[in-house]
Amino acid sequence: AAESSDSDEEDLVSYGTALQPLQEGERLKKPVPLQEQTVKDAKGRYQRFHGAFTGGFSAGYFNTVGTKEGWTPSAFVSSRQKRADRTVLGPEDFMDEEDLSEFGIAPKDITTTDDFASKAKDKIKEKARQIAGVVAAIPGTTAFDDLIGPSKITVGVELLRKMGWKEGQGIGPRVKRKPCRQKPDPAVKVYGCALPPGLSEGSEDEEDEYQPENVTFAPKDVMPVDLTPKENVHGLGYKGLDPSQALFGVSGREHLNLFAAGSEDTSNLLGDLKHSKGRKLGITGQAFGVGALEEEDDDIYATETLSKYDTVLKDEEPGDGLYGWTAPKQYKSKKRSEREVKYIGKILDGFSLASKPSTPSKVYPPPDLPRNYRPVHYFRPVIAAGNENCCLQKALEESTGKLESDAARQSRHALNASQRRERLGEAALKGPSLSVLEYLSEKDRERLKEVKEASEQQMKAKMLPHQSRNSRFQPAPPDDASHKWQMLLGGQLANAGSSDFKPFARNPEKQKRYESFVKSLKQGEKDTLEHYLDPSMTEWERGREQEEFFRAAMFYKSSNSTLSSRFTRAKFEDDVDKVEVPRDQENDTDDKETAVKMKMFGKLTRDKFEWHPEKLLCKRFNVPDPYPDSTIVGLPKVKRDKYSVFNFLTMPESTTSVTQATNEKIQQNNSLNKAKKPSRWDVSDKEKEKKDSISEFISLARSKADIQQQPPAPAAEESRTGPSETLRTEVPNEDKDQEEESRPSMDLFKAIFVSSSDEKSSSSEEEESDEEQQPTTSVINSETTKQVDLPDSSSSNLQESVAATTDPGVPLLPASKQELDATEEFGPKLPPAFSSGRFCRLLIRKEKHRKNREKHKTKREHKHKKEKKKKHKKQKNKGKHRNKKSEKDSSSDTEDSSDSLSDRDTTGLSPKELLRR
Amino acid sequence: LECWGGHLSAPPSPVDGNYCLTCGSDKTLKLWNPHKGTALRTYQGHGYEVLDAAGSFDNSQLCSCGADKTVALWDVATGQVIRKYRGHAGKVNCVQFNEEATIIVSGSIDSTIRCWDCRSRRPDPVQVLDEAKDGISSVKVSDHEILSGSVDGRVRRYDLRAGQLFSDYIGSPITSVCFSKDGQCVLAASLDSTLRLLDKETGELLGEYTGHRSTAYRLDCVLSEQDTHVGSASEDGHVYFWDLVEGSLALSLAVGRGVVQSLSFHPTLPCLLAATEGQVQLWREDTFQPEGDA
Repeated sequence: AAESSDSDEEDLVSYGTALQPLQEGERLKKPVPLQEQTVKDAKGRYQRFHGAFTGGFSAGYFNTVGTKEGWTPSAFVSSRQKRADRTVLGPEDFMDEEDLSEFGIAPKDITTTDDFASKAKDKIKEKARQIAGVVAAIPGTTAFDDLIGPSKITVGVELLRKMGWKEGQGIGPRVKRKPCRQKPDPAVKVYGCALPPGLSEGSEDEEDEYQPENVTFAPKDVMPVDLTPKENVHGLGYKGLDPSQALFGVSGREHLNLFAAGSEDTSNLLGDLKHSKGRKLGITGQAFGVGALEEEDDDIYATETLSKYDTVLKDEEPGDGLYGWTAPKQYKSKKRSEREVKYIGKILDGFSLASKPSTPSKVYPPPDLPRNYRPVHYFRPVIAAGNENCCLQKALEESTGKLESDAARQSRHALNASQRRERLGEAALKGPSLSVLEYLSEKDRERLKEVKEASEQQMKAKMLPHQSRNSRFQPAPPDDASHKWQMLLGGQLANAGSSDFKPFARNPEKQKRYESFVKSLKQGEKDTLEHYLDPSMTEWERGREQEEFFRAAMFYKSSNSTLSSRFTRAKFEDDVDKVEVPRDQENDTDDKETAVKMKMFGKLTRDKFEWHPEKLLCKRFNVPDPYPDSTIVGLPKVKRDKYSVFNFLTMPESTTSVTQATNEKIQQNNSLNKAKKPSRWDVSDKEKEKKDSISEFISLARSKADIQQQPPAPAAEESRTGPSETLRTEVPNEDKDQEEESRPSMDLFKAIFVSSSDEKSSSSEEEESDEEQQPTTSVINSETTKQVDLPDSSSSNLQESVAATTDPGVPLLPASKQELDATEEFGPKLPPAFSSGRFCRLLIRKEKHRKNREKHKTKREHKHKKEKKKKHKKQKNKGKHRNKKSEKDSSSDTEDSSDSLSDRDTTGLSPKELLRR
Repeated sequence: LECWGGHLSAPPSPVDGNYCLTCGSDKTLKLWNPHKGTALRTYQGHGYEVLDAAGSFDNSQLCSCGADKTVALWDVATGQVIRKYRGHAGKVNCVQFNEEATIIVSGSIDSTIRCWDCRSRRPDPVQVLDEAKDGISSVKVSDHEILSGSVDGRVRRYDLRAGQLFSDYIGSPITSVCFSKDGQCVLAASLDSTLRLLDKETGELLGEYTGHRSTAYRLDCVLSEQDTHVGSASEDGHVYFWDLVEGSLALSLAVGRGVVQSLSFHPTLPCLLAATEGQVQLWREDTFQPEGDA
């Protein structure tokens, strides 16, 4: 076009605007893509919607106010002059420009007026429009036509009217209606479905009733043929859901009636216009929201849910079966009212009365208070916390004849954890357990017991005066306090070495005093305590320091902890006295070796164990859990004393070369066990610490002169070791010493353990180990007996524990859980077993024990014995236990000071040993 | 089949025996079609040499283990590692799926057998079987049993149904164990160059097979598809077959010059796979001719 305009401009007539001439070098402009060809209004806004009246959203100046400068109120004009021509605002004043434009609602442009508009706006068209309006996708759009449409009547209509025609009538001669009406003959039965009323005859029928005979009617208006072409793809006769019904009708009726309402509607529409006239025309449909005057607010968000439909036929009345779901309302309501009589009050919507009355809940009266109950709590004097205390108290009570040692009387605070646990019936925590005793044979234990009893008798004798003094101290006299302390502490302190625990390290003098104090405590010198205190101090200071010392000692003595039972040990910890070993071990490999060599597979080579698979594993394997109740996974484990006879079988091999050769066999046998078990070195370590407090030993050894015959071996050992060694001798030396020492005492032990042939090899080494075992075992023995704390159940309990300890070699079965629990408690309590407070406890236990053994002895006798024993016991214990346990405890000082606050009541050795390595 | 690296194992996947897996010191697994000799896929993801692999019952998953102490679960189709299980303290020697491929059982030289859950995302094993005193050399899984051979000279059988552990002492280190097809017997190869057939229930010795040489390597033993023969790899480059009942040497196949490291038998057909020195050979029993050095 550009070229042509150049050449023959004159000749040609050009239409439209010519394209811009192409500049040299200018690139062809990219044609504007379709999506960018947008219509914008004068202000550059996208013209999508029009003014406010056409639903527009872009009113004012960018949806804000009238102008760019903002909204300016009409300027004030003095009304003095212009009072008369006050501007009256018309609708146009509030309209946007767009509304006045050609496509707006009030176009100011030239449009065809009604006069010249086509007269096609007749009823036919109107009806068609109405139908369309109902069916149309957006309902109510046609309503605009009604609003806006011209109101002038065309000439034809005017003419017709003049001829007597009225709107809604047909054109033609008037007719009588009557004949065409058919009354259904009452005689004739109608089968099948009755015609729906109003479909054929419409609603005229009712009117006809009163119409006189002679009246003629105008013919019915001709049914306009719907000439709207079918443009959609719906099936023939398809009619969309009537929105007015579907949306507005819902609120009125509960259920959507898809058929009746719709058909009625259409019939009306298609029928007389008269009816459609009656129909309220207006803006309907959800799209227009709810006007201010409408009251259908609740319906805005009308949603269709399935709950509005009945999914089942109403359940029938149960009674007579006469009335189904079509039952008259009266029937139902009557029944209801009957029921309602019983209930006074309003029944909430959706609720119904319960058919059967609920059973009244039982009322339990509060318990009757005992007659002598006084609502005042009486605090009994707390002597001191701890297990020992209870025992002490009990001992005192027993000695004074108050034998009713009912547990409930003891205050809650005086109990230690294990006692509380016992009372509560809780299962014991898994802690170190199983004493050496279990691995000893019955005979050995008997022997040990005898030894102990004998010593106890001695003890008792010593103890008696003391007891008698303290027996009345229920409201504890103040001057007795120190004695109390002593009694309590003595036992525990006896094994507490002064070595590492230095509570008064800052004040070396004080520390010194403290140490000597502790020492004296250990030796049971009660009244000599004062000697160790600084003589230059005042009375008050002295008292205070004494108290301090006691506290420190107490604090540090609480070496055995229930805490320790709350921690699990490393699996292969070798300094614990108990090792957790698989209950069944594949041992005696050499037997199997020979069996294999002989090709005797089968029973000889086979080990069969109980094995607990993980529950999930069973599930994944689709196999029922063989042990649904067990909490164990894998092989059942058992706590075994680390310093059991078996462990010590391997001892000499590591230390002494002398015994090595002979030991080889044992070594082999125990190679499996060996891995987890401690060697001699562990023991020697302990021994080393033992030497720390040699001076005490010396004194002990001297005082041991009167000790009975049975337990002297360790004592002798001690006495020998004691003087010869200085504080920190090398370990090998000690070991050697030990060996030497232990050898002479072998005879003695042979005497004790005559029948210790349960071991496979009854070599001397074993006996040696047994000897070394002995002190511990004896202690444990006493422990086990002591354990029987609650007097009532004691005897049976004890027996149980004894039973548990019967079989030395064979580990315990987990089935005997109770026993296990008991033994678990026995074990840890070992160390603090030695001085007066402790002794009386021991004595009680001993008594219990004795009771079991010699069941026919009377209490009286026991008391006497007790006193005798007391003397014995004290010394004996000192000698014997010093050997191992006390040292252990002494070294546990260090630990205690480090993790200071751990309170240990029951377990002595283990934590310390843990730390040592 | 040429494979890069020394160690090689060839377990045909259990269901149809149409595939074979090799794993080698090149840190990969390879999936082969042994009949055609074509490599189908390579699975990479191990950090060290791969020591064992196994396929699931539906051929959809693989598990493998290696010297990197991990057990890996693979998706066969995508070649991706679905999961890696870490927890072994040493090389993992052997892996097996259980019957439904919900559990991977792996045995390691850290003397534990660990059962890993394939279903959940649990990183730790379902159960650790640490009864062995020495490294686990071989693990087999039946529907309710886990059979393991350990270097401590014991064959342990964990019976989940009965909740029991049976431990049979053999003496010399076990190199390989396997169930018989009828599930009644257990075959155990040990480093004293002996294969022993043990009764599963009583532990009695049913048969003893010697003649091969197995003193240092972890060699496989197999039972033929109908439990008629017992086979074992040998260090002299042969595969030996014994009559199961008579215990007499039925056949020895010269597979190669070096050690026959791995051996596996087709689950249903008389087909044998032998791996030696980076080669996998497929033998068909009916002719006893090497069908093809693929």
